[in-house]
Amino acid sequence: MNNSVGTIEPKKMVSNSPLKLVSGKQLDNIELVYETYGELNKEKNNAILICHALSGNHHAAGYHKDDKKPGWWDNMIGPNKPIDTEKFFVVSPNNIGGCHGSTGPKSVNPKTNKFFGSDFPIVTVNDWVNTQKILMDHLGIASWKFVIGGSLGGMQSFQWALQYPENINNSIIIAAAPKLTAQNIAFNEVARQAIMKDPDWKNGKYLENNTAPNQGLSLARMLGHITYLSDESMGEKFGRELKKSKLDFNFDVEFQIESYLRYQGEKFAPNFDANTYLLMTKALDYFDPVKDYGDSLVEKLKSANTNFLVLSFTSDWRFPPIRSKEIVKLLMNCKKNISYTEIESGGGHDAFLMENNDYFEVMKNYLGKN
Amino acid sequence: MAFRKDLLLISSWIKPNTTVLDLGCGDGELIKILMQQHSIHGYGVEIDLENIKKSIKNGVNVLQMDIDSGLSEFDSNSFDYVVLAQSLQVVKNPKKLIDEMLRIGKEIIVSFPNMGHWSSRLDLFLQGKMPVTKNLPYSWYKTPNIHLCTIKDFIIFCKENNYNIIEKSITNNDQKSNIAVELFPNLFGSVATFRIN
Repeated sequence: MNNSVGTIEPKKMVSNSPLKLVSGKQLDNIELVYETYGELNKEKNNAILICHALSGNHHAAGYHKDDKKPGWWDNMIGPNKPIDTEKFFVVSPNNIGGCHGSTGPKSVNPKTNKFFGSDFPIVTVNDWVNTQKILMDHLGIASWKFVIGGSLGGMQSFQWALQYPENINNSIIIAAAPKLTAQNIAFNEVARQAIMKDPDWKNGKYLENNTAPNQGLSLARMLGHITYLSDESMGEKFGRELKKSKLDFNFDVEFQIESYLRYQGEKFAPNFDANTYLLMTKALDYFDPVKDYGDSLVEKLKSANTNFLVLSFTSDWRFPPIRSKEIVKLLMNCKKNISYTEIESGGGHDAFLMENNDYFEVMKNYLGKN
Repeated sequence: MAFRKDLLLISSWIKPNTTVLDLGCGDGELIKILMQQHSIHGYGVEIDLENIKKSIKNGVNVLQMDIDSGLSEFDSNSFDYVVLAQSLQVVKNPKKLIDEMLRIGKEIIVSFPNMGHWSSRLDLFLQGKMPVTKNLPYSWYKTPNIHLCTIKDFIIFCKENNYNIIEKSITNNDQKSNIAVELFPNLFGSVATFRIN
């Protein structure tokens, strides 16, 4: 495959200086797993940071040894793809609190020699940006040429411009929102309740108890999945199609959509950590830079030299275009360089992960702009 | 790159280091000229995705919005200039749009093709056909131009609505002025550009 970054081996950064979190708590040391694609040039000015969303991780492109499926954004990142690894050095970390190798609830707490589990402190978008900055310094990069993310990843990209305006030239914010609405938080709360009401949850100490709240986690995923798709795309894919030729008048799986959702949940749960899921949804709920920065937000943004590209998708109802426009308006009022496009897509919120000519061309043009 | 001459005229009316909103910005050419030559800070507004892609490639700030569905995203008095270059004839409600432009901008610049140009008059008068001219190249059934007017119409329209015309420029097909255009602008003028506040 000549447009793939090929076989990728994750790297690990260890930082032994204590990390103070927004919550007031502290992590004495952190490990950050990340992948890189492409080469850092001599001037070290071609680096791109990729920020992952709720269930994402550092494996954005290429293949791990013996893997059949590539990373989660392989259609976007690679040689001659919109995020062109022939031109750019792409860095993709797994955020702390995650469950794919970076310090998180599955790590051992050095103070107790037990799994962190639910003792892992709540982390925020702000904290993630701080750890990404540590990684940036570790790699000897003075400034990201682009910080790019979709959904919760887009929030990190936005936060970068507020937190380290000197270290980010361009921020690409895809299918995101400046904060969650009550409805967004409500969905997250149902997901959390599904996990915490699972008898195997054990107050978040399931690893010590050799159990796993997979029922709850898969329910959470099923719910989430519904909000990532659009009514239109679900209708097209499944409609009212049945598994068998007729109704059985019982509560078994009858409609194709039921079967699909159960499959999604069951596939997801064993490969993800329930505590991580809880943490990620909290980070989403807490994100509200307009409130956090208050009056200083405008001053912060005005002093930033960052340029912005904001993208939304027409059928996204989790973070619909109108939410992206809130970001646009804020940035416009601060006289920032910003472009905004609404991409026509039936894919719902997940459209940001899907191949789409218009979307990819906009990305390509922005990444290669004069 | 060779710039469109009508855009060069507009750019000559815009003071350096100001803020500009260009409605229906196409590939972003006007904003690009103004950024390069007048150090302005500006945004283009465009609905067509192909044009948006070009604007982005040109390094121009472009916002995908439908100017027909209102400009409520923009605060009052938030720009020094709001420009509508050769797009007045395609909008659904020209009066509403111009009122909005005057709300957002301290000054507005509007240009449009003159329906009173002799070539249009000839088409209708001699041939009895809807005009298809250099500046208005579409047949009646597929034209995006739904609100065509003459220079005279526009001046009456401004008077009726108390729009103050600061300056106007009428040019021929070559984007120049000459004696004929100066004497009979509504007959020989091909493009009209107005500064209004």
